Order: sequence, then structure tokens, then C-alpha cells
Amino acid sequence: MSQYRLEIRVKPRPGLLDPQGKAIHHSLNSLGWDGVGDVRVGKVMYIDIEADSETSAGEAAEAMCRKLLANPVTEDFEISMIEALEGAGS
Amino acid sequence: MKVAVITFPGSNCDYDLYKAAQQVGGDATFVWHRERGLAGYDAVLLPGGFSYGDYLRAGAIARMSPIMEDVTSFANSGGPVLGICNGFQILCEAGLLPGALMRNSSLKFQGKDVFIRVERNDMLFTSDYTEGQVLRIPIAHGEGNYEADTATLEALEAEGRVVFRYVDASGESTEDANPNGSWHNIAGITNAKGNVLGMMPHPERAMESILGSTDGVALFTSMAGSLSLST
Amino acid sequence: MTPANSAATERSVQPRDGDPEITAEVVAGHGLSEEEYEKVLNIMGRTPTFTELGVFSAMWSEHCGYKNSRPLLSLLPTKAPWVIQGPGENAGVIDVGDGYALAFKIESHNHPSAVEPYQGAATGVGGILRDIFTMGARPVAVLDSLRFGDLDSGRVRYLFSGVVSGVGDYGNCVGVPNIGGEVVFDRGYEGNPIVNAMCLGLMKREDLITASASGTGASLMTVGARTGRDGIHGATFASEELSEDSDESSRPRVQVGDPFTEKLLLEASLELIGSGAITGIQDMGAAGITSSASEMAGRGGSGVEMEMADVPVREEGMTPYEILLSESQERMLVVAEPGREEEVRQILEKWELEARVIGRVTDDGMFRVLEHGKVVANIPALPLTGGCPTYEREGIESAEIQALRNMDLTEHLTPEGDLTESFQRLLGSPNVASKRWVYHQYDTTVRTATAVRPGGDSGVIRIRGTQRAVAATTDCNGRFVYLEPKTGAMAAVAEAARNLVCVGALPTAITNNLNFGNPLKAHIYYQLRESVLGIAAACDAFETPVTGGNVSLFNETDGRAIYPTPVIGMVGVIEDVSKITAQAFQRIGDDVVLLGTNTGEIGGSEYLYVTASLVAGQPPSIDLEGERALQQAVLSMNQSSLIRSAHDCSEGGLACALAECAIGDGEAPFGLSARLDDDLRPVVSLFGEAQGRIIISCDPASTSDVLKIAESHGVPALRIGAVTEATDGFSLTVRDGSLSASVAELARAYFDALPNIMDASPATGG
Repeated sequence: MSQYRLEIRVKPRPGLLDPQGKAIHHSLNSLGWDGVGDVRVGKVMYIDIEADSETSAGEAAEAMCRKLLANPVTEDFEISMIEALEGAGS
Repeated sequence: MKVAVITFPGSNCDYDLYKAAQQVGGDATFVWHRERGLAGYDAVLLPGGFSYGDYLRAGAIARMSPIMEDVTSFANSGGPVLGICNGFQILCEAGLLPGALMRNSSLKFQGKDVFIRVERNDMLFTSDYTEGQVLRIPIAHGEGNYEADTATLEALEAEGRVVFRYVDASGESTEDANPNGSWHNIAGITNAKGNVLGMMPHPERAMESILGSTDGVALFTSMAGSLSLST
Repeated sequence: MTPANSAATERSVQPRDGDPEITAEVVAGHGLSEEEYEKVLNIMGRTPTFTELGVFSAMWSEHCGYKNSRPLLSLLPTKAPWVIQGPGENAGVIDVGDGYALAFKIESHNHPSAVEPYQGAATGVGGILRDIFTMGARPVAVLDSLRFGDLDSGRVRYLFSGVVSGVGDYGNCVGVPNIGGEVVFDRGYEGNPIVNAMCLGLMKREDLITASASGTGASLMTVGARTGRDGIHGATFASEELSEDSDESSRPRVQVGDPFTEKLLLEASLELIGSGAITGIQDMGAAGITSSASEMAGRGGSGVEMEMADVPVREEGMTPYEILLSESQERMLVVAEPGREEEVRQILEKWELEARVIGRVTDDGMFRVLEHGKVVANIPALPLTGGCPTYEREGIESAEIQALRNMDLTEHLTPEGDLTESFQRLLGSPNVASKRWVYHQYDTTVRTATAVRPGGDSGVIRIRGTQRAVAATTDCNGRFVYLEPKTGAMAAVAEAARNLVCVGALPTAITNNLNFGNPLKAHIYYQLRESVLGIAAACDAFETPVTGGNVSLFNETDGRAIYPTPVIGMVGVIEDVSKITAQAFQRIGDDVVLLGTNTGEIGGSEYLYVTASLVAGQPPSIDLEGERALQQAVLSMNQSSLIRSAHDCSEGGLACALAECAIGDGEAPFGLSARLDDDLRPVVSLFGEAQGRIIISCDPASTSDVLKIAESHGVPALRIGAVTEATDGFSLTVRDGSLSASVAELARAYFDALPNIMDASPATGG
């Protein structure tokens, strides 16, 4: 087993209203950044997972997203591996 | 006492604050966040609510409003500024008060009456209270968990800048009496000069016995009294 | 294709490139029956375009067209001298005195909440707020009436906590206090939660505005948020049963609420109405622009013409079909006085919102939609809004439910073990226990008008500048309605009225939310019909007309219907706020008097559900005249300032009601020493849910006057005991048994029940 650090990005599904992004967009515009097109706000999570391979770490993260980390009705998620950490595992 | 109640998009306690100021004889005016200039006002009140929906961080967008430049110079020149709930959050974001208000430790919005203790009555906001007086005041917030770096927190205590603290009915500041996880049960603080006060509880909602409490009245009479003496 | 008939216009309608061809399958996919489609063909005189079909489908859904309920709804009493606006508008309006009018309405968001509890509940609150401020009234209070399955399921806890956060976050952000409602848990709602939100708004009588489009040439403007692809066909969706795969297939239909924009829209709308620059305003709720524009045209007896290319959209490439049917939130349609469009734009701009002219009012009675000048839909407005076929069906009671009602309950009437133990279990059952876990997540005091907060029989909002106040409550015991719909529906109205008189308010009018299963099934239609008859009878008896409401049908999961749940939202008027009566005991030594009669009725009770997991038996009977007399007696005692507390007996019976009086909000509890000598089994006497009972407390010096008032109204009244010190404990004795417990123990059972369940166990969406 080894330890992997993954980055999970959870973001509003395309087409879904993102009130927070809209308010930030408006504020950026009024502060003078006219070129700002669209703003959407998501979350980034860093999770360390113990697993026997990079693939199974990714699979575990995906299961976590489906079960808890993302709301399947309103959010999409992306997972990327950041690094394999030094051997917590045996 | 001529009072400006600043209305940001999403403020929702502006009307309550306006009425509270009037109740103690104040001459209150709503000032829209895009207006400029606060000359002629004796005090500035920043109301509660959800300015810009609390999006990004509570108070973060409102503090960019044009009027906030004027609020800052008003405060820097010693004018009294009171921020309640979202107003407190805006004052912190604007740097007029230290620290930040984090999400409640319960992760839930808390809407109920709490008890707070008056830690000092030697300032214009609290002169009509007695020191150690326990007040029953409503809270209604999701992000009221006061936090700052250790040096700031130590300085706040050392300099006596904690004005209100959450306590139980008997006046003890216990963990159970803390509704949001604030460090040292902090409910309200002031700046070094003592002319800017930020607090999470809503004294403007404790102005009439029919609504549950009159313990907020003295805060507004304190201000009215101090300001009418000085002018 | 048949040529256009005489009703059509000078400009012909062409199918758009890329739109699907109209086939039987496409028609069925839009939820229209063959018979309904025949009627569409008759009205149109030709095959409708895809856009037109979408419009008919939405307008003739149950949600907008009330096709299964309209004939029944016409049986409800709707008139009284104090009714300013009855059903048919965004909300009902009544006169509450001193020049003030109260707009109020209840609405459901059951299906969206089952799919996404947080957003479903949040947008439900948003919709009902808009219904109120589009009447010209400022929203002053929200109530929420919620029902879920039993809390031992993780999914139910997820739905419950999501819905509560959604209701709270939206109302808290807009700044409207929550003053009450109800939360019920029963396996009958597993999988299909009930989320009904009620709003009250106050205005000066002269500020009333309605939702009609009149004045040929006047501009139609959209104001508020932009239109996206959210919730397309939500109106049809709300009228479909949920199935196991709903989670997947309904995803793109979810709407996201933006309470911040709502707050701006609220302020902008009230300013618009005050300016006189508009003559009509309506929320774009279910079926979006389609229903708002066609209903405004229908009411105004006019027509409308709208250019889809002028509608501000959030996404590229939206078709007229999508724009017309989008249910994006926080949008309004207004009719501007000709020449004052710029003024409307400026008011909206001040509030950092958009307003744009998208069309005009016409005099040809047509609902016409253009896309870059080409007509894509052209439908006679009146048949579209008023021509939806209605159905009266045969209703037959289910034999299964009949059997449950007639079940012999004798074996369940002897408590297993100790009475006090059953009592504490009942007090800690989520249905009886304190709902503080819920309403502490709500802002209940913003706007500084809340004279009675949640947790009591009714919430009360005072009217600033007067001595007056308005009170409101929502009520329904779905088990009673399930076991005998007419009796249960009458009980819902009666309980609401009792809850109002307990705070000292005169019951004045109701709004109702009819939550039922699939009315195409004979036994469900029976429940619907009988319930409406029950509501009508009770409203007649109490002089509380119905001023509007909402119908939510097809509340079924995999073929299993919810309990029939006609939620009653009742409002009342208090002339003198200083006379509000408390729910809890106020003083040691006061006499405790039971008004009404303890009966042998235990059917449908919480006791049976908690101890035997049973929903069975004959629900408590209702004596409407007796209820009315009880209401008047309590109001008379309130007026004479004779009573210090009043509390209705409901779930958990007399014992739980007395415990609630003693415990209060937990800060300053009292004890009780009481005794009843009626000829009933202890379980029935203590926990039966007989109707028509209110517990009051009064100074012993006033007791004889209280009893006299009761007698003069023909209301049975009996002094049953006295308020004691909390440390003396809670003791209640009946002929063949007794309860006794420490008040602290009772308070723990009552207050800790929900937090113990909700804060200890995980709530999962899985």
C-alpha cells in the first residue's frame, strides 16, 4: 500500500445558475475589470488516500465524489493525482 | 444625533436599525452604498443582512462599495461606526476591525436569543449599561465565529477591546453559552481608539418588550447621549 | 397540415428548422392525452408547432391547469366581506383593519425537494415570496409545513436536513422571519417528502396590484434574472409520479435559487409598484414566461406578442421552446405604462438588475411568439389558460384503508409496562418533540415584528404603527385524513382555528395546499374529493373562506401514494397585541382548566404509531358547531384578559399538551399537579387525540369567570389541577393510572430528541 495525494475539483454543472459566480462577476465588472466574461465558483479538496495503486486511489476518490463530495444533481467533479507520498503503507 | 444607515445590496436589517435609531430620538437616513460622502453625520451604522448574498466571503464584496471609502475616513477621523452582524463582517473585511468571522462551529445558521455580558461601559456605545450587565439579545448568523491570529487576540484581551462576550443566564462565559465557536466567547470588539464597534448579536431587535427584550435600547441611548453631549 | 382557421393571424406560423416533427409519440411525451390533443387541434385548427405543443403541455399540466382538481375546488367557499382578493391571483388578500391588507398563500415544492432537497426547498420559498410581493405587499413572515419518512433512514435524514437548510438559507438571506409551521415524520412520506411554504405580506389597502395585462400597446418587460435552461418543463414534471430513476432523468431540470437576487427583486418590485409605472406584474413561476404571459393576457382579456430574441438569456443558442418554458428563478413579467419603460429600467438598474422590453399587449386575444420577427407560436390565449379540459372522476374508497379504519384496537389499549415510560417515549417522538433543531436554523426576528416566534400554536407578526397583529399557522394530520378523508380534513381546519384562538387571534381566512397521490386512481380521487368537501364544510362553519392555494398531485413513489395531506394555512387577526396569550404556564398556583371533552377516541394517534407502529382506527370525530363555540369561548376569555396561557391538544394527546405547557421554552419551566376522573382507559384518556380540546391556565380568582364563559358558549370546562413549582414535578392522575416524572427529565426527552437523532447519525444522499 502507498499513499497518494489527490486534488478533487467540484464545480457547478454547466448551464446551472451559479449565483455566487454571478455576484462576483458583477463585482469584478464594477471594479473596472470589463473583460471578465464568466465566473463560476467551485471547491478544491486535497485528499490523501492509502491504496495499492494509483488507479485504485483514483477509483476510491471517484466513489467518494459520487457518494459525498459532489452533489450529483448540481455539481460535476474532476480528480487529478498530485503526487505519490512516501510510504505510509506497508 | 444624525445617523447614516448604510444599505448595501442584500442588507436586510437596515430598516430595523433605522427604527432603533429613531426610537431613541436619532435622525436616521438610509444611505445607498453607491452614494458618496458622510459629512454632517454624527454616527454611521452598518446593518446586518447578506450583502451580495455573502457570496465569496461574508462582507468581502460589500467592502468594495464606493461608500466604504467614506466610512473608512469617517472612522479614521474618530467618528463612531457601529457594525452589527453582516456590518461587523464588513468592518473586518475592510480592515477597520481586526480578525475575521468564520463559519459557526456547528456549521449551521443560529437564530435564537443569547446572553451577552457588557465587558466595559467606559465607551460611547455602552455608557448606559453597567459593567458586567447581562443582556438578552437575538443572534441570527451563519458566520459569527470570531477568529484572529494569536498576537491580535492577546492584544484584544490585554487592551480590553472585547466589549461583549457570550455568557449563560447567570453571566458565566461557558462553552455551552458560545453559539458559534468564537475565540474566548467574543461577541463584539472595538478598535484601538474605541470609536468602531462590531458585534454579531442584534441589539436593534431587542428594543421592545412585545418582541421579547428591551436590552438593546441602552446601546442606542448610550450613543445618542454621548453624541448629543459632544455636539 | 390544415390551413389556418379564422382565429389565426395575418402572419402564418412556420415550423422552425430543427424542431422535432409532431408525432403521436412527441405528443404523449408532453403528457397530453389523445383527448387533450384533439382539443388542441380543435383550438388551433391545424397541427401545432413544436413550440406551441410545449406551451399547451405546460399550461394544461395539472400544475398550471388544475385539470383534475378544478371542479372540486369550485366547491370551496371563497367569499366574505373581509376578502379583498379571492382565488385566481398570485395570492389571496384580506382586510386586516386600520387600512392594512394581508396577502398570503401556500405553495408546494414536493417533487423538486425529493430530487435536490436544498435547492428544491429554497426555490419553493423564493416562489412563494414572489407571489406575495407581486401583489404589492412586503413579505413579513414565512411558515414551512414539512413531512418526511421516519428518521431511522439515512436518506430521510439527508432530505430533512437539506430541506431545512434550503428553507432557512433562502428566507434568512432575503430577510423574512420564519414564524412557524410544522414538521411531521411518518413512513407514509418516505421517498416523497412534502415541502409546503407559506408567506404573509402586508400592504396598505391602496397598494394592491394585480397580474393582468391590459391596455393595448403597453409594453411587456422581463425584469430580474436572466433566462437559462433551468427546470424546463418543471410544470409537467411536478405533475408526474417519481420513479426510481428520477434522480438520473430529472437532473437537468433542477433550478438553483439566488436569494440575493430575490432580495433585490423584492425591493425593486415594491418600488416599481409604488411608482405607478406598471399596471400588472407576475412572477415567472411554473412554466415561466409561458404561464405568466398567457395568464396575464387571459385575465386582462387581451393578447400578447413577444419576441424571443429580446429575452435576456444566460446561455447561447436557446430555442423559443426553451426560453418559453424555462423556470429560471427570480424573474418577473411586468406590464409597463406606455412611455414609462425607461423609468422601469432605471428603477431596476438602481437595484443592479436588468429590465428589457420583450413584447407588447395586443387586442387580438392571441398568445403570439416571434423569433427574429418570424411567428413561431400563435395560440388563442383564453382557450390556452381557461380551456384546459377538466376531469371529474369516480372516487371509491380503498378497501384496504377501510379495513384499517375498522380495525379492533382493544389489544393496543393496555400499555406494555409503565404509563410514565410510554409518556416519555411519546414526548421524545420526533412528531411531538420540540422542533427547535429546525427553527434555530431560521431567522425568526428580522424586521422586528415577531411577537410570537416558532414553537407555539401560531406565529404572530405585529403591524408597526398600530395595536394590531396577524397570526398564522399551518396544520394537517395526514393520518386522520388517510383513515377518513372528510373527517381528517375538517380536523385540519379545526386544529388551525384552535391554534389561532390560543394566541388570541380571530380565525379569518385560509389558503390550502392539497398534497395527494395520483388522482387517476379511484381511491385517491375519493380522498381528494372527500377532503375538499371536509374543508368546505369546516370553512363554512368557521367563516374562514379560502382565498387561494396550491394543488400538488401525483405524490407517489413507485406506485405508493403519500397520505392525503390537505395542509391548511390559516391566518387570523389580533386587535390588541398586548393581549396575546402565551402557550406555556405563567405562574405558580394558577388553575389549569380543560376546555372540551376527553373522549374514548385513539384511532390514528401518535400513541399507536409509536407503541404499535400502527396507523389505524377511526380518527377522532369532529363537531364543527362545538369547535366554533370553543373558539369563541377562548377568544372571549382572551378579550376579558382572564387567561394566562392557552394550548391546543393535538399529537400525543392531553398528557403531551400539558407537558408542553409546563416545560415552555425550557428556560423557566413549571410543574403540574392534575387529576381527571373520566370513565376511560388511562391510555385513551392520556394519549387519545380527541378534537375540540384546549388547555388554559388562569389566576384561581378568575376560574369561576372562565367556567361561566365556557358555560355560556356551551363548552364543557373542568378545572383539572394547578401549576406548581418545577421542582415539585409533573404529575397527572386518571382514574386507573397515573404519570409522574421530574420536569427536567421531561424537558430532556422533549428538547434532546431531534438533536440526538440529527447530530449523531450521518445523513447520506445514497
